[in-house]
Amino acid sequence: MKKLTYTGLLAGLIAGASMLFAHSSMAQECEDLVLGSAISLTGKYATNGVHAQNGYEFAVKKIAQAGGVKVGDKCYNFKVVYYDDESKGDRAATLVERLVNQDKVQYMLGPYSSGMTKAIAPVTEKYQIPMVEAEGASRSLFNQGYKYLFAVLSTSEQYLASAIALAAEKAQASGSTPSSVKVAIAVENDPFSLDIRAGVLEDAEKFGMQIVIDEQLPRDLSDMSAILTKVKLLKPDVLVVSGHSKGAATAVRQIGEQNIDVPMIAITHCEAADVVGNFGAAANDFLCSTQWAESLTYEDPIFGSASNYEKEFKSAYPEYAQKKVPYQTAQASAAVYVFKDAFERAGTLDKQAIRNALSATDLATFYGQIKFSEAGNNIAKPMVLRQIQDGVYNVVAPSNFASHALNWPRKP
Amino acid sequence: MDQILGNLSLLFEFPVVNVKIILDGVMIGALFALAAYGLALVWGVMNVKNLAQGDFVITGGYVAWWLSGQGLPPLLGVPIAFVVLWGIGWVIYKLVISRVIERDLFTSLLATFGLAIMIAQLLNLMFGSDTQSIQLKYDTLYFFDGFVDVPIAKLIGVLMAISLAAAVIIFMKTSRMGQAIRATAQDARAARVLGIDTDKVYAFTFSLNSAICGAAGAIIVMVWVIQPFYGISYSIRAFVIVTAAGLGNLPGVIAAGLGIGVAEQYGAHIFGIGYQQAVAVLLLLLVLMIRMLQQRRMRQSLK
Repeated sequence: MKKLTYTGLLAGLIAGASMLFAHSSMAQECEDLVLGSAISLTGKYATNGVHAQNGYEFAVKKIAQAGGVKVGDKCYNFKVVYYDDESKGDRAATLVERLVNQDKVQYMLGPYSSGMTKAIAPVTEKYQIPMVEAEGASRSLFNQGYKYLFAVLSTSEQYLASAIALAAEKAQASGSTPSSVKVAIAVENDPFSLDIRAGVLEDAEKFGMQIVIDEQLPRDLSDMSAILTKVKLLKPDVLVVSGHSKGAATAVRQIGEQNIDVPMIAITHCEAADVVGNFGAAANDFLCSTQWAESLTYEDPIFGSASNYEKEFKSAYPEYAQKKVPYQTAQASAAVYVFKDAFERAGTLDKQAIRNALSATDLATFYGQIKFSEAGNNIAKPMVLRQIQDGVYNVVAPSNFASHALNWPRKP
Repeated sequence: MDQILGNLSLLFEFPVVNVKIILDGVMIGALFALAAYGLALVWGVMNVKNLAQGDFVITGGYVAWWLSGQGLPPLLGVPIAFVVLWGIGWVIYKLVISRVIERDLFTSLLATFGLAIMIAQLLNLMFGSDTQSIQLKYDTLYFFDGFVDVPIAKLIGVLMAISLAAAVIIFMKTSRMGQAIRATAQDARAARVLGIDTDKVYAFTFSLNSAICGAAGAIIVMVWVIQPFYGISYSIRAFVIVTAAGLGNLPGVIAAGLGIGVAEQYGAHIFGIGYQQAVAVLLLLLVLMIRMLQQRRMRQSLK
C-alpha cells in the first residue's frame, strides 16, 4: 500500500515537473513587463483594496493565458509589484516614489479610492508615469490637467444622476410634470459623495425640480432618523442617499423601521453593505447605482461576456462563490486590459508612446466601452441603476441595457 | 440659515415630531450613559482616563455580531459579550493598565490611546472595514399615525441597558467587592491599610468597565451599525457625559447621558445631521465654561 502511494507520488512529481517545464518554456518566450501598484491591503479601505488586487491578478492571468502582450514581435506577460499603502494617502505617495525610483517601474495601476488616487497622481505626473486607475471616481481628479492619469470607470457625479432622469420620466408617465418632483438629498461630507450630490443637483435643476432636503451625513453615521423624520413630513418624490456602506446600511434599516413612504429611493454601496443579506425585504425596491453588472451585454475577446467574467472569476477565487463579484474587481481587470491594448497599439515600451496610445484608447470590454476624454476619465460607459426586486438585483436603467421594468412607486 | 429656520418651524408645525426626537434621544442616550458609567467608574477608582472606552464598546458589538453569524440567537450576544469583554479587560489590565496606574495623567492617556488604535486596527484586520449590524426579527410599533416609531428591537435593547445598569448599581451598593471598590475610590492608601487588596480591586473595576462596554456594544449592533473605527465617537460622548456629570455622581451620569442623547437628536434635526456630534462637543465646552466660572467664584469666596 505504502509502495503504491510512493509510486503515485513519483508519477505526480514527474507530471508536475513536466508541467513546470512546459510552463517555464512558455515563460521564456514571454518576458515580464512590470506594472506597479500601491494599494490598500490593510486599513479602512482593505476590503475593496483586496477586491481590486484580485481583479488585477485575475486579468494578468487571463492575458497570459491568451498569449500575453505582443509588443512589436516580442511577447510579454504582465507582472504587478504591489505595496500596501495602509489606506493612508501620504504612505501611498511615498510608495509610488519608491516604485518609480527603486523598483524602476514605468507604468502604474491605480490604488483604491479617490483619496488615494488624488494622493499619488501628483507623483506619477512628476515622473511622467502613465497610470490607468480603476477605483478613483471623484471628478476632482479630472480637472487638474493631469496628462498621465486614465480612469476606466464613470466619474462619481454620474452615480445617482440617472435616478433623477428616471424620476422625471415617471412623473411624465403618470401625468404630472418633471418640475413638480420634490427631491431629498442626504450625502456624506466627502469628495465622492459631494460629487454625487453635485450631479444630482445639476440634473434636478435641469428639470426644474424642487430640492426639499439637502443634508450632509457625518463620517461616523449610525443614526439618520432625524433626516428620515423630515422626509416623512416633507414627502419628497425621490430620496438620494450616499454614505458608503454605513450610509446604505443605516438608510435601509431605518427607512424600514420608520416606514418611510417615498416612491423612489436611490443609494450607493448596496453590495458592500449587503443590504439584501442583512435586511431582507426591507431592501426591496431600492435603486442601487453600480459601475457594472454581470447581466450587462458587454463582451471582449479576453474575458468573454460580462457573465462569463463573473463565472471564471468565481472559479479562480472560490471565496467569492457565495456573493456577487464586486464591480471594483471587474473594473480593476478592465484597467489591466486597457494597458495590454495600449502596449500592443504602441508597439514599443516607451512610456511616452504608451501614454499617447492610452489617450487614443477606444476599446470594447466586458466592463463596457472605454474611451478617455482629454482629462482622462472614461466618457463611453454609462452608470447603471439596478433595483432590488424580491431580493434580486435587476438592471432597470439606462433603458437600452435594462433587463427588468422599474417597480414604481416603491411600496413601503 | 433658511434651512435651519425651516427645520425649527417644522417642530412647531408638527409637535408630534418632538415626541419622536425625545424618544429617539432617550433611547440612544441610555447606551451612552452605560459606556459613560463605566468610564466614570475607572476614572474615579483608578484615576485612569480610558480613551479606549469606545473601542471596548465596538469590540463587544463585534463579539455579538460574530456569534449571531455562527447561528446563535442575537439576544444571547449581550451576556456573552459581557463575559468575553470581561476577560479581555482583565488581560488588558494585567498587560497595560496595571503598569500605568500609578503614573501621571499623560502616561495613562497615551497608553489607552495606543490601546484604542490597536483595538480598532485588530478589529479591522479580523472583520474587515465594512459596517455590520444584526437585524432582529421583531416588528416596529407605531404611534401618532405612524409618525413615532419604536422598533421592538430598540425597546429590548434599552430595557437590557436599564437592567444592566440597575444590576451594577445594586452590586456596587450591596456586595463586598462593591464596597471595596467604593472604599478604594475614596482613599486607596487607607483601603490598603485596612486590608483591601487594591490591585485586585483595580483589576475587577477595569474588567467590569470593559464588560459593561461590551454589553452596550452588543446592544448597539442590534439597533444601529458598527464599524471598526467607530469607537472614538463613543469615547467622546462618554467623556462629555462624565465631565458634565462629575465623578461618582450616578444619577448625574444617567441624566447627562439621556440629555446628550436628546440634545444630539434636536441638533441633528435643526442644524442637520452632520452637526449631531458637534452638539455634544459644544455642550462639553459649555459645561466646562460654567464649571470654571463656578470654581472661580468659589476661590474668590475663600480669599
